[in-house]
Amino acid sequence: MSQYHQFDALVVGAGGAGLMAALYASKSVNTAVISKLYPTRSHTGTAQGGISAALGNLEEDRWEWHAYDTIKGGDFLCDQDAVDIMCREAIDAVIDLEHMGLPFDRTPDGKISQRRFGGHTNNETKKPVMRACHAADRTGHMILQTLYQNCIKNDVKFFDEFQVIDLLIEDGRCNGVVAVQLATGEIHIFHSKATLIATGGFGKMWKVTSNAHSLTGDLPAAILRRGLPLEDMEFFQFHPTGVYKLGILLSEAARGEGAVFINDKGERFMERYMPTLKDLAPRDICSRCIYTEIREGRGIGGKDYVYLDFRPEQINKYFEADGNPKRIDAHYLETRLPDIIEFARVYQGIDPIKEPVPIQPTAHYAMGGIPTDNDTRVLADETGRIVEGLYAAGEVACVSVHGANRLGTNSLVDLVVFGKRGGLKMAEYCKQASFRPINKDSATKENADQLDRLRNNNGSERPDTIRKEMQALMDDKVGVYRTGAGLEEAIDKIHELQARYKRLRIDDKGYKWNTDLMEAWELGALLDLAEVTAFAALARTESRGGHYREDYPNRDDVNFLKHSMAWKNGSVTLKYKPVRITRIQPQERKY
Amino acid sequence: MRVNLKIKRFNPETDKKPHWEQYGVEVEPTDRVLDALHQVKWNQDGTLALRRSCAHGVCGSDAMRINGRNMLACKVLIQNIAREGDTITVEPILGLPVVKDLIVDMEPFFAHYRAVMPYLVNNDPLPPDGRERRQSPEDRERYDDTTKCILCAACTTSCPSFWARGEYVGPAAIVQAHRFIFDSRDQATQERLEILSAADGVWRCRTVFNCTEACPRNIQVTKAIGEVKEALRTGVVR
Repeated sequence: MSQYHQFDALVVGAGGAGLMAALYASKSVNTAVISKLYPTRSHTGTAQGGISAALGNLEEDRWEWHAYDTIKGGDFLCDQDAVDIMCREAIDAVIDLEHMGLPFDRTPDGKISQRRFGGHTNNETKKPVMRACHAADRTGHMILQTLYQNCIKNDVKFFDEFQVIDLLIEDGRCNGVVAVQLATGEIHIFHSKATLIATGGFGKMWKVTSNAHSLTGDLPAAILRRGLPLEDMEFFQFHPTGVYKLGILLSEAARGEGAVFINDKGERFMERYMPTLKDLAPRDICSRCIYTEIREGRGIGGKDYVYLDFRPEQINKYFEADGNPKRIDAHYLETRLPDIIEFARVYQGIDPIKEPVPIQPTAHYAMGGIPTDNDTRVLADETGRIVEGLYAAGEVACVSVHGANRLGTNSLVDLVVFGKRGGLKMAEYCKQASFRPINKDSATKENADQLDRLRNNNGSERPDTIRKEMQALMDDKVGVYRTGAGLEEAIDKIHELQARYKRLRIDDKGYKWNTDLMEAWELGALLDLAEVTAFAALARTESRGGHYREDYPNRDDVNFLKHSMAWKNGSVTLKYKPVRITRIQPQERKY
Repeated sequence: MRVNLKIKRFNPETDKKPHWEQYGVEVEPTDRVLDALHQVKWNQDGTLALRRSCAHGVCGSDAMRINGRNMLACKVLIQNIAREGDTITVEPILGLPVVKDLIVDMEPFFAHYRAVMPYLVNNDPLPPDGRERRQSPEDRERYDDTTKCILCAACTTSCPSFWARGEYVGPAAIVQAHRFIFDSRDQATQERLEILSAADGVWRCRTVFNCTEACPRNIQVTKAIGEVKEALRTGVVR
């Protein structure tokens, strides 16, 4: 038994990309949004520092500079035509958000205020540029709220707390999705002409992560199960400033406002590594530098963390040393960074205005994901063949605009630009496409059987044990530093965990709000993604962006200036496709 | 340290009414209540149902009644509410139908939210240069506090007026209305004020301040409600 729904266009996921797509698709075709959370719970809401666009409101800026910074930040693995689209359209996208009501902070003359962020530069002077448009340090919250408000205004149809577990794919075409209504446990079949996946990241395969509990990669795992590939899975970003032990993000905006990294000797160590951008170097570089400091014994008290120092007098001291005339005080920081100051106070018992804050890198962002073309259409293989009727946008997608390492703020740029593009392209497609027949009974039965097997499995393994072992393993072997031997060990262990997963036992045998069951389902997805991640990382015998191999410490453009595509048919198969390089040739990455 | 969690349980598939169950857990003093609940769920009883996502006080999923007060389970540390051996009571927020354990039906809450036109209304032509509308930093500051709302419902479900009458729009919806009423770009002030002057609008507020105390985002909820009342009384928004 299942319920049946039909819509021209479906959007799975209600974060920034999903809501943007829904807003634009629903203007012309019958659209529904399906989300396992209430939309305002989506992880876009935790984005803090800003959304970049070359508005030039406070100093000269150009979208071409934004594009160059993005490509260089991505260690030249970005597809440059896609980056050009993103950085050019970012300007209108940010203006669009303001018109929708987003309460950006303002300059004295009433324009959208902007600030510095890692890796964003004036290409001529090489110095940091003010490009990140912000609403205090809750920019993502304001984007999510504003988009949801506009969906309410435009009467967009929502299925809240419906968890999508499968894609209806037949003959290379997507005809909809299968979802579980969490409140009832009932299967719902959603039949569509077009479906856009916008379910965000999947960082829960690591222990120390900024990611929400819900970020479990249900849809990328469904892509793999349906015989489709994921792209560039070896590239996952470790953000340098996670709250020590907890992984909660402390925005790069702190460094944008002048904060610096400090080691046990009280040294501002980034000066040694990246003399021009220093603490505002891109995230992959900062995270590696922090670990190098720790390995060489300069972590605080010899331990595995360093300080992020944003005491006003320290910031002013470094402004002065850098020849920056700006001076700030405690009130300024409390206004510009209220949330992260509160995080430190609540979770660490530390007042960042008076003490430096212990931080460590935290698993943060998937550069890889579901491969798409520039119009968000999902790709079926390395040759560019598309899956008709299937789209993806935002963090879950790999266009690729972030290459091997994403620049700060570009996640929000990506989701508004490609979310809108996806919505419009999907609507365009729906107007000329027709519904294809689906076999809803077999889809229902297949998925209900899968769930029932998990629900009633009479094994001995608890999901939590397997999850914790997977997360510890990923932190240890598939983190900032990787080696061939470590990755091989990781793959073996993941295979062992997958075997044990088959012997799972859960407590809740019911149907209504069975979160025990859905968490077990999510664990299965994470294990598959962990396997693919480790495989792709093992095969890439070079270091590039967020992927660092200690046994292959250099970038290898001759052999690896290419995207990986991973299939999982029993074991993992890898293929590769070239990077689209238009204007900017790869060069050494210095800051 | 060791603490006991006394959790109000209700399974709609087997129970006629809710009951309390106790669980002993070993926690760090700096753990969140959410961590303790996860310990119960993951190590002792997987049937425990709760909503949670971001786990750091931003997504608004896990508002609950903890030791008799509304809080986000992810934003309160054990050490701030308990000592070794203490019992911490956890129950669903009040005033909304309990669906299972700590999960309540949020639909009535979101219906009130939708009722106050929680979106910017501005029918003027957009700036001809294709750029942003201007707003002074002072005008932006005017409604800053109410933009922080994460719709967790901690305020509304701590309000005795809401407990007494579920039709009352409640503090969260008024906060949302305030965010637009005091935004200089908005043009629907009169419609929103009319909605809030109705029988189940802002006048049901008895200024008990529970909402302000409950707000995990430290929004001055009672003050915001007061400003809306003042705008209704005087017909002036300032």
